[in-house]
Amino acid sequence: MGPKKPNRRNFLKSGAVAAAAGAVQVTTGQTPDAGTKSLKELIAYGERSHYVTSIREPVDARPSPDQFGLTFHVTTPLQDSVGIITPSSLHFIGTHRGSIVPDIDPKQHRLLIHGMVDRPLEFTMDELKRFPSVSRVHFIECQGNHSKAEDKTVQDTHGLTSCSEWTGVLLSLLLNQVGVQKGAAWVVCEGAEEVKGAGSIRLSKAMDDCLVAYGQNGEPVRPQQGFPLRLLVPGFEGIYNTKWLRRIKVVDRYYMTYNDYGHISKDEEIAALTLQWGPKSVITFPSGGQQLPGHGTYQITGLAWSGGGAVRRVEISTDGGQTWKDAEIRGPVYPKAHTRFGMNWRWEGEECVLQSRCTDELGQVQPSRAELAKFFKVSVDYYKTHGTQGTDNTIQPWRVASDGSVHNAIV
Amino acid sequence: MRLFSNPLRCLILGAVAGFGLFRVARAQSPSYGLGTTPTPAEIHAWDISIGPEGKELPPGSGTANEGAQLFADKCTACHGATGWGGPAPMLIKPATKPQKPLPCLSPCIGPGNVMALHSPYATTIWDYIHRAMPFGQEGTLKPDEVYALTAFLLYKNGVIKQDDVLNQQTLPQVKMPNRNGYAIPDWKPGAPRPFPSER
Ligand code: HEC
Repeated sequence: MGPKKPNRRNFLKSGAVAAAAGAVQVTTGQTPDAGTKSLKELIAYGERSHYVTSIREPVDARPSPDQFGLTFHVTTPLQDSVGIITPSSLHFIGTHRGSIVPDIDPKQHRLLIHGMVDRPLEFTMDELKRFPSVSRVHFIECQGNHSKAEDKTVQDTHGLTSCSEWTGVLLSLLLNQVGVQKGAAWVVCEGAEEVKGAGSIRLSKAMDDCLVAYGQNGEPVRPQQGFPLRLLVPGFEGIYNTKWLRRIKVVDRYYMTYNDYGHISKDEEIAALTLQWGPKSVITFPSGGQQLPGHGTYQITGLAWSGGGAVRRVEISTDGGQTWKDAEIRGPVYPKAHTRFGMNWRWEGEECVLQSRCTDELGQVQPSRAELAKFFKVSVDYYKTHGTQGTDNTIQPWRVASDGSVHNAIV
Repeated sequence: MRLFSNPLRCLILGAVAGFGLFRVARAQSPSYGLGTTPTPAEIHAWDISIGPEGKELPPGSGTANEGAQLFADKCTACHGATGWGGPAPMLIKPATKPQKPLPCLSPCIGPGNVMALHSPYATTIWDYIHRAMPFGQEGTLKPDEVYALTAFLLYKNGVIKQDDVLNQQTLPQVKMPNRNGYAIPDWKPGAPRPFPSER
């Protein structure tokens, strides 16, 4: 599926690309000179150790920024992640709607809510902060997050998901302020960036758990994540989580915006597997491109999440899916949030295939590609040339070779 | 009365069992008295969303011939002289398959995707050109120009005839080749997806 993967190294080597992609250090092997930063700079906004070099990378076949300077999709280095929160600096970016990160003055920013409402209202950022706030941990995952045989690392296969603590006002509260009229069924949420990206969401979801967020991980939402205001549509495909949110229009029907149009499927069964993410998990260690230094004890660890709610169970197989054992949940469990799991593991040098499987609170179970193929009555080989039907939440296998090298085992 | 947005309706609806719950819950939430009321003119100026019925379309009209000149002046630098082959997405399907694959920008539905053919409604094209193009000078096109450019792209892709006039009435009526090309998934809070099922 899609064009051939360009040489990722070349992208990273280009200084302009690295700089524009946002605080990306070029890892040439030299140690960055800490002396170039003033002590004041280092103290004012803390930086990580220069020994830590984990960075975001552009998604294959989508150079980012492109020749217009547009950011497309940039992936989170999940292989280096610990716990459940993605550092804001490493949160994935998906902005394929023609936007150079807009520079928005929060004092000038307004949110307008109008359409089929009794009292249209316009809010300043300060006014929004005078409403009761909520803070919730949620993942955001782009529809484009699917594993391909050419992908090497978990950053390639799964890097378009990230998880933050988001702080803001419930959208339902704001909709109650304006008084939604009878007959209203959808909301169209629009951003303030160049192309004013907008998406349609059912009113039932808007009234359920959506969040108009100004905070991310204890500070204002980062510009690449929508500063000063973004929508959170927990569990839904990333594109609905409108960044730089400036307008919400309450309407009576699906509006088929440009963003909507880019995400439609004709087949009802496939469409049903879009919108809300199914249960999903991936082992982040050992994962593709990593190397086990020798025999002995390791912790298999990874992340599980579901758009349907909280993770109820994660199982791990070390024999290619023949037998499964329950993994431990190692950290907090929030609905529609990354959940850390792990398991003690002894490796004696045997070749093996590792994989994880998530079950969520609704009883939904993460499928294998073979199960998905069976459901859609195609052969597994179908996925060599096509993406999976709907959003890809299939099981990710990693093959550990007898020399300890780890490889993507998706075929 | 600040606390209840409309106490009378709240009472009436409260009495209508089985229907009232949702609305009562909404009507009863307190008003915080925050925010300002925009004027109708302010709302009108902000509201660039054009729905499939075209209710929000402004007066104006345009034809493919008018659009051809505008396209040459304002769009070809990025979208290519023929509407394809430039650095920005292909807007006109080439008669023969191009040698090298065309840039797959967004929405990257697949190589060879053209909005005029894939979009279920012509209003989506009008809306997008109006809100987002020409990239870098968004919002500079007048309604007549947007009608003309939309007509040009639809004509060049074989969707409408050369002398068809697009306006508030005719644009939403355009029979798009992919009109039935989408399904909207059902969604309810707490509902699982149809697959996979419980083991
Ligand atoms: C400066 C470069 C530039 C100019 C000039 C320009 N565009 Fe675009 N156009 C783009 C880019 C870049 C995109 C893709 C935006 C994205 O991916 O979000 C685009 C996307 C589009 C799309 C959506 C296509 C699709 O399949 O996604 C349409 C329609 C469009 N442009 C029409 C026009 C028209 C009409 C004009 C002339 C009035 C124009 N553009 C001028 C750069 C340009």
